[in-house]
Amino acid sequence: MHIPDGYLSPATCGVFGAAMIPIWSAASRKVKKTLSVRQVPYLAIGAAFSFVIMMFNVPIPGGSTGHAVGGVLVAILLGPWAACIALTVALVIQALLFGDGGITAIGANCFNMAFVLPFTGYYVYRLISSNSPAGSRRRVIAAGAGAYVGICVAALCAGIEFGLQPLLYHTANGQALYSPYGLNVAVPSMVLGHLVVIGWVEVLVTALVVKYLQKQDAVFFEGGRS
Amino acid sequence: MMLAKKLWAGIGALIVLSPLGLILPDRFKAGTAWGEWGVDEIQKMRGSVPQGIQKLSDLWKAPLPDYAFQGWEGKDLCHSSFAYFISAVVGIAIIAVVALFIGKVLVKEHE
Repeated sequence: MHIPDGYLSPATCGVFGAAMIPIWSAASRKVKKTLSVRQVPYLAIGAAFSFVIMMFNVPIPGGSTGHAVGGVLVAILLGPWAACIALTVALVIQALLFGDGGITAIGANCFNMAFVLPFTGYYVYRLISSNSPAGSRRRVIAAGAGAYVGICVAALCAGIEFGLQPLLYHTANGQALYSPYGLNVAVPSMVLGHLVVIGWVEVLVTALVVKYLQKQDAVFFEGGRS
Repeated sequence: MMLAKKLWAGIGALIVLSPLGLILPDRFKAGTAWGEWGVDEIQKMRGSVPQGIQKLSDLWKAPLPDYAFQGWEGKDLCHSSFAYFISAVVGIAIIAVVALFIGKVLVKEHE
């Protein structure tokens, strides 16, 4: 889901970069207000976890690969705004140090994986977990559902961003300038692999860690942070 | 053991296992993630490369491109797994420092 340089037009990159600025600034305001000193190490653990989990490429039928992101888990544990910051740190380092995701596409990649993914997943989790007890099974299921929906919606966003390129940017004779596949190819290609395989990897990772943490320190699941 | 330490130990275990993210796709002959192809791959797939991708694809020279060492292209899976593992260690170290710094700056301001 890491869009490389050259696949999105500079204008598209500009739009997503501009969209992320108020999101990042809101995230730092919210985190300033809500994050406790005790939670700071967990912000680093969350960022490190999502970085390393993204290295586990999993084959998808059809010859390509994908990977879990772990962003919904971080959102459940620290709140979606803190997750946005943790994921942004991971994505920026991936782009700068490893060329995983383009530097011009940092805005779009952060929009998909540091904003859409944790927020969508978090609100699905909140909706399903409701007021259930911190140690309840319902919370594990809610976390799994949030993980699945979060990563699939993020993949859909990436698919739409890819798919709009040939419609918006082409030469006079119809040659694509950037990502060459339209919505009819890009959206199913991005979404299906996530619905069928990667979404379930995200569910597994999220539910297992939530279950483990319920036993270790149920305080993570008490009270709803928003 | 403190919970944070246990979780760091878990991340350590994931770092050790990280080369599976290279070995598993190799075993299943799975290629690049959709939409993340290099210029050569697009050339092979489509017979031509869109101008923008041609122009922008090497805009940034990453020090550890694709979690590998520069000049180790074409080395066997054992070498690339080692580079992948080292990339995980380096990446996690930098991310931990940056995230701790950001967390400390933000939390300090409100106290």
